Amino acid sequence: MNVNRRGFIKLTAAGLAASGMGALGFGHVGEALASSVRAFKLAAAKETRNTCTYCSVACGILIYSMGDRAKNAHSNIIHIEGDPDHPVNRGTLCPKGSALLDIVHAPTRLTAPRYRAAGAGEFKEVSWDFALDRIARLMKDDRDKNFIAKNKEGVTVNRWTSVGMLAASASSSETAFLTWKVARSLGMVVFDNQARV
Amino acid sequence: MTNTWQDIKNANVVIVMGGNAAEAHPCGFKWVIEAKIENGAKLVVVDPRFTRTASVADLYAPIRPGTDIAFLSGLIRYLLEKDKIQHDYVRAFTNAGLIAKEEFGFQDGLFTGYNEETHSYDKSSWDYELDDQGFAKVDDTWQHPRCVINLLRKHVDRYTPEMVSRITGTPQDKFLQVCELLATTSEPDKALTSLFALGWTQHSIGAQNIRTMAMVQLLLGNIGVAGGGMNALRGHSNIQGLTDIGLLSNQMPGYMTLPSDKEATFNDYMKTRQFTPLRPGQISYWQNYRKFFVSFQKSIYGKAASAENNWAYDWLPKLDLPMYDIIRAFEMMNKGEINGYICQGFNPLQAFPDRGKIRRGLRKLKFLVTMDPLDTETSRFWEDFGPQNPSDAAAIQTEVFQLPTNCFAEENGSLVNSARWLQWHWKAAEPPGQARSDIWIMAGIFRRLKELYQKEGGAFSDALMNLSWNYADPASPDPEELAKEMNGRTLADITDPTTGAATLKAGQLLDSFAQLKDDGTTVSGCWIFTGCFTEKGNQMARRETTDPRDQGIAPGWAWAWPANRRILYNRASADLAGKAWNPKKPIIEWNGERWVGIDVPDMPPTAAPSAGVGPFIMNAEGLGRLFARATMAEGPFPEHYEPLESPAENVLHPKVRSNPAARVFADDRESFGAASDFPYVATTYRLTEHFHYWTKHALINAILQPEEFVEIGEELAKEKGIAQADWVKVSSKRGDVVCKAYVTKRIKPLMVDGKPTHVIGCPIHWGFTGQARKGYGANTLTPSVGDANTQTPEFKAFLVNVAKSNGPEV
Ligand code: SF4
Repeated sequence: MNVNRRGFIKLTAAGLAASGMGALGFGHVGEALASSVRAFKLAAAKETRNTCTYCSVACGILIYSMGDRAKNAHSNIIHIEGDPDHPVNRGTLCPKGSALLDIVHAPTRLTAPRYRAAGAGEFKEVSWDFALDRIARLMKDDRDKNFIAKNKEGVTVNRWTSVGMLAASASSSETAFLTWKVARSLGMVVFDNQARV
Repeated sequence: MTNTWQDIKNANVVIVMGGNAAEAHPCGFKWVIEAKIENGAKLVVVDPRFTRTASVADLYAPIRPGTDIAFLSGLIRYLLEKDKIQHDYVRAFTNAGLIAKEEFGFQDGLFTGYNEETHSYDKSSWDYELDDQGFAKVDDTWQHPRCVINLLRKHVDRYTPEMVSRITGTPQDKFLQVCELLATTSEPDKALTSLFALGWTQHSIGAQNIRTMAMVQLLLGNIGVAGGGMNALRGHSNIQGLTDIGLLSNQMPGYMTLPSDKEATFNDYMKTRQFTPLRPGQISYWQNYRKFFVSFQKSIYGKAASAENNWAYDWLPKLDLPMYDIIRAFEMMNKGEINGYICQGFNPLQAFPDRGKIRRGLRKLKFLVTMDPLDTETSRFWEDFGPQNPSDAAAIQTEVFQLPTNCFAEENGSLVNSARWLQWHWKAAEPPGQARSDIWIMAGIFRRLKELYQKEGGAFSDALMNLSWNYADPASPDPEELAKEMNGRTLADITDPTTGAATLKAGQLLDSFAQLKDDGTTVSGCWIFTGCFTEKGNQMARRETTDPRDQGIAPGWAWAWPANRRILYNRASADLAGKAWNPKKPIIEWNGERWVGIDVPDMPPTAAPSAGVGPFIMNAEGLGRLFARATMAEGPFPEHYEPLESPAENVLHPKVRSNPAARVFADDRESFGAASDFPYVATTYRLTEHFHYWTKHALINAILQPEEFVEIGEELAKEKGIAQADWVKVSSKRGDVVCKAYVTKRIKPLMVDGKPTHVIGCPIHWGFTGQARKGYGANTLTPSVGDANTQTPEFKAFLVNVAKSNGPEV
């Protein structure tokens, strides 16, 4: 039989009700009762395959969310557990992976761009346009001033050493590739990731 | 990892040294338990602390932090002396018989060619003697005094069990028990696997730690076989991927490297990269470098890269220094040479050594940009958080942008795990509030810069203007588009050489990097990933769990680079006739016509064993290297050097105490402490309940390990009058951490050269944002010096003092 995980939960929920009630001798009344048993929350949830964000064991996980992904319905992640099909973790998770829901919903998740002006005592919320316009301006001004097109020997070197970047280590490979393209096309050489720490 | 996580179950002996997998990689570590239960494997742990991994070990040996090379060199000496090596393997698959140059030598701690002023080597003597045809000379009888195996024998001769114990503090009997157990895997059908992580990399001699173990594995015949290999467990979920794609200061995607100032022309550049074979009939796969490079340049610059402009070679930045790594970046920042810094999902204020120096550097920036799902310490370095982050905000002129990004659950994309598997993941929900993807932010910055350059002109912008950007929504490229870009396409029909029929039409996605060309008719953003997203669809999303013979390969689950090969160097799993060394666990075998088996052969499929093609196809000689030639900064053989901060002299060569090729900045040297002031050896590590500095933002993890502490052995605690859960002040020359003491039986003093030496353990996970209690961060204490090859900071061995305290002054 080929059942997916959610189907399996539905099946066992129904099976439990049916056999339990049947065994107690409720007969037809049992069926009526069974149909009124509240479905497990997960049975109505949307299941999404993902991998743990923390370490490079990369355990498979199943994320359960409410909301059917219609344009106007906002999904809310309600549960995360190990993926039993995954050949490495086979459904298990460590104390970090088991608590992934808490990092998704951490109170210190950032929700708006914030800016702190020189010498200011606090952050203030700003628009994305303000933040990205200002960043691009600062980068360009510095690059125009400090870019090294040729070295002393006259060799074309096209490098920029006065602005640097640290790339992530839990971001996707697709993010990484785009980041590489942007950083290097600017001539950035002070460029690194977290491989060393 | 050369092998897979599940393959660990095939091992006969597992050594965990330079890591603590039970604690740091728990769900992968269960395969060690599987090996113990199902395969009768023995687990050996060598570690300064009696770790969670040690608690399930069959044999545990303590060791002083930073002395692994002495231990492993003693092991090599033992294997050679007792003749416990896999002879046929070593003779056929390693460079044991190759003859080194006559000028090569080693004396008083230094190899030939050392320059005292530059702290570096002229490595010209670290190579083979060549014959008239340019091939390395070889003596398969191992009689020649300068053949590698004899030079190695001589080199390790000083590492007697007495000497090993004197340096490492490991009791001799424990050391010999480890040697004896590991030596059993020199049998052709027995395998040892080595599992390691930051415990080996984070030393000033980190890369050589790993090399020494790789040499052990070559001598024992354990590379390429089931249950064997060198398995770097790695750290963050996609650190393998970011390394593969070349987000390191001197790297390009697929382990190509940026040019240096010395390589003024494209031809200069190719000369040092397209290695020609050093032995007859070898593959020397980097001969194809030009194909990978041209296809890459075509991928990122499209039509603007052509044969006429040398594929836009000049548009790549050239390096005037070996590396602009992070230690150098913060040195430059402190000197006012860096004005802006962008931290994408990276929290250097907690993650990099000498926190005081990091903070002083950040203060000098004109602007700082952070992109993160969480409120990181780095983004708030300018704010006063009390003793854990004292600051006078008004005096700091840095403009700071804190940009909110999505987390893993809110995006599609792939990550590369430590076994090189590219696994696709799917988005489950929208990010909170206005948080956006890193892709959207990078695209936003790029598009604005391009517009500014269009409008205003300015410094050289050809590379920026011509960067390929063929995305359906230029403001928000789709992860699938990017994955296909890395995979690559053909720009012209590819035809089958025998039938002449087109196998791929122009514009179609490539199946393999073997299809790449150097004439501009193929494009690929990362050649080692070619095959991950083909005309058959997204291979990274595959979920086929079938595992032939249940041997831990699962070839249909996701996709592994290179070419979906799960075990690297798997040609070495078979003997000279092509039959498996271990008939119970074959990987690939020669069937008379081709290599067949449960994995993709790491060998041309029709190269008969009699052709003598070596299994290490990336090396120009096709052989595993017991002698590293000029690839390492501090020597072609590993040598024991003390950590930059050490309580002991180097008893082998007192004049050359620590790594002679280490790069140490003058102000950092000033900040190294002496044992007279800081008498205890400290080491940093991770706890299973936490991941770096993120999980303190998650409530459950913050409850499980709520506050900063250090581990102190009972003996030292008694000497210092420190009781369980007392406040203590731990100090290095660079700063103090005030935290709780955890007095433990897990760390015992070691006898090093006749002196008792205490070790203090410093878990790293706290800071001043998140839900756990405020902490300083262990990097307050650590020295700013890195491995001479990789600049990985020396977090695992440094000096501190400890005293009872009244708690943080508020
Ligand atoms: S659940 Fe634990 S072991 Fe698995 S990937 Fe996450 S952090 Fe690593």
